[in-house]
Amino acid sequence: MKKWDAVVIGSGHNGLVNACYLQRAGLDVLVVEKNEWIGGAAVSRELTDGFLYSNCSYVCSLFRPEIMRDLELPRHGLQVIPYEGGAVFTQDGDHLGAHRDHHAHRRAFARFSKRDAEAYERYARDVTRQCRFIQPLLMRTAPDPARLRPRDVSELLYLGRKFAGLSAEEMALTMRFWTMSISDFLDEYFESDVVKSYLAISGIIGTALGPMSPGTAYVLLHHYMGEVDGSVGAWGFARGGMGAVTQALAKSFRESGGTIRTEAEVDRVLVDTQGAKGVVLAGGEEIRADRVVSNADVKRTFLKLVERSDLPDPFVRDVERFKMRGSSGKLNIALDSMPEFPALPPNSPCVRGDMHFTDSIERMERGYDDWKAGRWSADPILDMVIPTTLDPTMAPPGKHFMSCFVQYCPPKVEGRDWTSADRDAFADTVISQIADYSPGFRERIVHMEVRTPRELEDEVGLTEGNIFQGELTFDQLLFNRPVPGYAQYRSPIGGLYICGSSTHPGGGVMGAPGRNAAAEILRDAKRPNKQMSPAHEVL
Amino acid sequence: MRSSDTGNWDVIVVGGGHNGLAAAALLAKSGRRVCVLEADDEVGGGARARQLAPKFRTSSLAHVLNRLDAELIRTLDLESHGLELGGAPMPTVALGKGDPLILHGAYGKTVTGLGEAEGRAWTELRRRLMLQAGVLKPFLARRPPQLDTLTLGEKGVLGGAALSLKRLGKDEMRAFLRMVLMNVADVADECLDDDRLKGLLAFDATLGSHLGPRSPTSLLGLYYRLAGEIEAKPGAQTVPKGGMGAVVASLASAAERAGATLRTKAGVGRILVEAGRAVGVVLEGGETLRALTIVSAMNPRTTMLDLVGARALDIGLVRKLTHIRMKGDVAKLDLALDRPPTFTGVDEDALSGRLVIARSSDDVERAFNPAKYGEFSREPVMEIVLPSLHDPSLAPDGACVLSAVVQYAPYDLKEGWETGKPKFLEAVLGRLEAHAPGLRESILRSELLTPADIEARYRMPGGHWHHGELQADQMLFSRPVSGMSGYDTPIDGLYLAGAGSHPGGGISGRPAMNAVRHILAAEKR
Amino acid sequence: MMARNTVETNTAPVSDVFGKSGPLRLETPFHPRIAALMHTHAWYDWSGYLSAHSLWDEELEYFAIRSQAALFDLSPMVKYRIEGPDAEAFCDRLTLRDVTRLKPLRVQYTAWCDDAGEVIDDGTLFRLSETRFRLCCQERHLPWLLDGAIGFDVAIEEETEAIAGLALQGPTSFAVLQAAGFGEIGSLKPFGIAEFAHEGGRVTISRTGFTGDLGYELFVDAGDALSLWDRLWEAGRLHGLNAIGFGALDRARIEAGFLIANVDFVTVDAALRADRARMPDEIGLGWLVDMKKERFNGRRAIEAARAKGANRHVLVGLEIEGNVPAEHAIVYHRKKREAGIVTAAIWSPMLKRNIAIASLQRPYGDTVTDDLWVEIYALHELRYVKLMKRARIVERPFLKLDRRRATPPGGF
Repeated sequence: MKKWDAVVIGSGHNGLVNACYLQRAGLDVLVVEKNEWIGGAAVSRELTDGFLYSNCSYVCSLFRPEIMRDLELPRHGLQVIPYEGGAVFTQDGDHLGAHRDHHAHRRAFARFSKRDAEAYERYARDVTRQCRFIQPLLMRTAPDPARLRPRDVSELLYLGRKFAGLSAEEMALTMRFWTMSISDFLDEYFESDVVKSYLAISGIIGTALGPMSPGTAYVLLHHYMGEVDGSVGAWGFARGGMGAVTQALAKSFRESGGTIRTEAEVDRVLVDTQGAKGVVLAGGEEIRADRVVSNADVKRTFLKLVERSDLPDPFVRDVERFKMRGSSGKLNIALDSMPEFPALPPNSPCVRGDMHFTDSIERMERGYDDWKAGRWSADPILDMVIPTTLDPTMAPPGKHFMSCFVQYCPPKVEGRDWTSADRDAFADTVISQIADYSPGFRERIVHMEVRTPRELEDEVGLTEGNIFQGELTFDQLLFNRPVPGYAQYRSPIGGLYICGSSTHPGGGVMGAPGRNAAAEILRDAKRPNKQMSPAHEVL
Repeated sequence: MRSSDTGNWDVIVVGGGHNGLAAAALLAKSGRRVCVLEADDEVGGGARARQLAPKFRTSSLAHVLNRLDAELIRTLDLESHGLELGGAPMPTVALGKGDPLILHGAYGKTVTGLGEAEGRAWTELRRRLMLQAGVLKPFLARRPPQLDTLTLGEKGVLGGAALSLKRLGKDEMRAFLRMVLMNVADVADECLDDDRLKGLLAFDATLGSHLGPRSPTSLLGLYYRLAGEIEAKPGAQTVPKGGMGAVVASLASAAERAGATLRTKAGVGRILVEAGRAVGVVLEGGETLRALTIVSAMNPRTTMLDLVGARALDIGLVRKLTHIRMKGDVAKLDLALDRPPTFTGVDEDALSGRLVIARSSDDVERAFNPAKYGEFSREPVMEIVLPSLHDPSLAPDGACVLSAVVQYAPYDLKEGWETGKPKFLEAVLGRLEAHAPGLRESILRSELLTPADIEARYRMPGGHWHHGELQADQMLFSRPVSGMSGYDTPIDGLYLAGAGSHPGGGISGRPAMNAVRHILAAEKR
Repeated sequence: MMARNTVETNTAPVSDVFGKSGPLRLETPFHPRIAALMHTHAWYDWSGYLSAHSLWDEELEYFAIRSQAALFDLSPMVKYRIEGPDAEAFCDRLTLRDVTRLKPLRVQYTAWCDDAGEVIDDGTLFRLSETRFRLCCQERHLPWLLDGAIGFDVAIEEETEAIAGLALQGPTSFAVLQAAGFGEIGSLKPFGIAEFAHEGGRVTISRTGFTGDLGYELFVDAGDALSLWDRLWEAGRLHGLNAIGFGALDRARIEAGFLIANVDFVTVDAALRADRARMPDEIGLGWLVDMKKERFNGRRAIEAARAKGANRHVLVGLEIEGNVPAEHAIVYHRKKREAGIVTAAIWSPMLKRNIAIASLQRPYGDTVTDDLWVEIYALHELRYVKLMKRARIVERPFLKLDRRRATPPGGF
């Protein structure tokens, strides 16, 4: 029986990033995937004839360029096309446009508030300063402040020096970013509710918090620390859908000799007194390996794939306490023609970016109140994109694929499981909102896929359908992610690692968890790790 | 000096609330000639007693004591000025569905009404919370670390805190670093089952702040409460003999004994600034008083923008001051009752305690929801005490005074408090009646102070009794605003010593103590 | 994956797609006239406006400034109207100089700082009347101005689009104005303002400019812009009047030693790296700081920095040997130790000297002023010629012209 150097559970982007780095360092790596397709939550699927759906994640920004380069992803087909615009539609039939051009952007804001238009400068400066501070931390393993081994001490000193390098005002700003609500934070810069709601959306996407909840300013930052080709904070579409990310990773992996098995669901991790020894598939097949790396979330990994008796109680308790609250749903829609938005000028670039229909913070927060009560938002917050306005590969000529990310959508409906009727009602809530701003929208729909947290959990394996594999609150970030004492990609079981978004630095199609985990695994394996470039300098 | 100038003081203290009095007493004790200026006809601010109806008196805002600083009591010998804190801490009664839960001793050292397993869980959680609050406590008793110029001493405190964390041991340290910015509802859910207990923690953590129990960082409110102590018992609460009025009476007496002059009906109209230096004040009546040092125990925004004036300040500071969040959510209800109320399941002993109506975390969260949109809670949550049980002189024989702090009553009520107030009163009384059947019939007089009323009556902007939200971004070196957290201001000779400064509100006297220590040190230099 | 094509090419007229936000590049009120004179199509983006970098020949445009008269469209300058009983007090607290001494119909070159004493921007403050001011600058500051207005009885309005501006600069500029019927301007001293009737409206003419030459700036409601242009153009025919672009103006301003925000120093709102912000003393604007004023924004910080000697930089004028412009070159002390950077440099045709403005780290440029060198990388046919040239600190302005200040001005 073949014994692998490493088996990676799950072919999501982090699993594949991890596998690529291990394989390139000379390990013989097998990736096992339960679905018949690969990609986890970064997939492009042809669910109806001629249309490719980015049916989970749908836009790209956070994916680290260092990883793209190390793993030669562009050669394997990855290309990211930046957004051209964006818009919030207002209830009075107008819109706030977002533009790439600095001055066009300012003038669009000025239609709602001249003050806000000019305040954007200082806001952008402050956000950029914080991103510059945080960005280098993404590609580093968090220190363990309770253990203080030399590497922890040196990492803590690094953080301390970085912080001490800030001016007093910047330190205070950093504290504000980590603890404030995005609503309060934006109040310090802006007066227009439309402007604020446009910006606040990044503070709540995928998050079980409202814009008035402390901690959401950080979530906004999390969405801004990406880049498209050096343009910090920019977002774009992966050409061919988000599956292009994992397809490129898979090609890179296979080219360097790695193996992927689909329809190979892991039932449990094989553990003996020495540690992890491989996995057992659902059919009973045993796969032996020197180490096991799980791209599944921390709850699925340790509460479902590992025997409880193999883990210390406090660890299990901490994993159980890890907050993975599903808060979003998604509609993937095939359209037979481009929807009309009467609020926009003809041929507006705003359709080639993110569009929203929520024009006040209060509407957003009320959406969250519905979620707290176990209901989907009656007036949901949409992050809607039509990638086919920029990507010619995802639909037949003249037709379009639309992705509607929907906040908020609970993992259970008032405490009970979702039913198909619930799902239809949820979809109708969303479609009605779009149709309010786009006459004739329903008639353009050729096919639609509706995804609630239930579908995300069943298909992709994300517990409670949490897209970040765990909330991005301070108690679950840095050395607390996923649980204190195990924030360095290792687990209480020797040879069992985790590499998904449940680990530092968290969710989004970023790849950093997979990469950082690979660094730790290679360190344990005492293997040279020459394939991995250090993080780009932030000058 | 102009001819209208009267008096010539070393120090003028603006505002005769408890912090103003404490500052005055401490400064007078150091040998300075001190004058306290109070706008109202009595000193004491939100801590004084107040007439409710003929023969009925009640405490103005604060109705229990849980953090009056022991060092202050000692330094000013407040006991010799009539302060008697009384013996055992008063119990807390958590009113929820079914029987009430009674927490005895300092913050529920023992609890009646909990099952055995839940009791153990509570003991463990309580221990941990106390431990964690203890880590934060040393920070409260000092000037916040000044980020631009960390002195050796400040580095020492930070190092000390790191060391005390380390000394907790790995597990406790990790627990602390994970929990410190969590929301109280999640912490309670992780450790407890009992909704009454969870509701109580949720209420105590969020009381006085614009947060719900599910808002991240809301646990800080509970730490803040547990960092207070009464007679060396952290988390304890009491009503002093003679009621809350006795606290300010003792402070006023101590101040006067130390030589300070207390002037009432002397509202300060503005602070005189000459060549960047505060040199005196002008009263609302026009009288000018001069002093070398001005100490304001008023709200920092009032002090800087109204009394000094934006024109004398830098724009960035003005901007920060306008950004301080200070819109109160707490209303104060006082009832004159013809007889003591009967709360279902609450015996006479427990009745003298603090009664909290917060049936669960979700109950508190649901009460919070409307406050976000400028609407009051349909089912408010509240803390009730019966002051006349502690000080019979507050009510005629056989009658009773009920005092409750109630939230959420947002300062900026959308419909306006004129029409909103009767509706909110109805909601509060409805909830009270549910736990104390028959109470409504016994009401002789009721008075509800909304945040708007509190603002008008006690000169607290937004009606916010902390003089600014006590949330993570408005604490420590960011209180009241970053760059002005060390009790001094850009105006030489003008200092802040109120609840708007570190460490914050509550009847502790700590802002005044920290400020005075800083003033004395600064003047020595 | 099949190759498909659904991406529709954008065929709408460019002016439409941004709808009410206006086109990507706004046209200034003078655009039709400038476009008609535009031979090179060398447009550039100035704060979102389509502006001319040069119209026919940058070098000859420069000589139009120095030898005849030149019209430069400065409409994209950001303009704020500050009006009210407290307008003087507001401006006095905002800016570094003493505004109480700025009389109506006078102009101050000035700068303003944040609380840390770091420069937010520089610009010109026009006192149009006892209670009305106009602030002209490079960057946008509405939130700062509005927050600064708290406590003052003053109204502030951004009027960049509403007001068109022209610079008329050069030795014959007075002659042009005279010919255009603005003859009374002769008595106007430098930094003075005069108002004239024009087409039923008013034109405000100040004796100011960015060239160090005799010159004027004219402001008019956007609707009257073209008729003003035509009036000047017609009058300028016999006085060598030419339209010029920014390239020519930039040469002239370096000779005159003027600074451009976010070229010669980084404004605090644009400083993504906090250490790039500068105090007035660090960018040669210390002379604007009026410590006799009891208060102005940043006073405490500036005073403290002066007391502590905490200023870390200094801005200097350099004269560099040779004739190769040293733009963005590194400045060294003793050819070894990095001392700063050149922010702007040209070969001065008027001086026949190689001049530069440079930002140096103290003590260089402050107490250590000798043995400075500039490393120039001159690119010639794909090969860098690396030059290490001696640099000498000299006074700014590099170029002083008597005609700039002569009142009444000469006719040529």
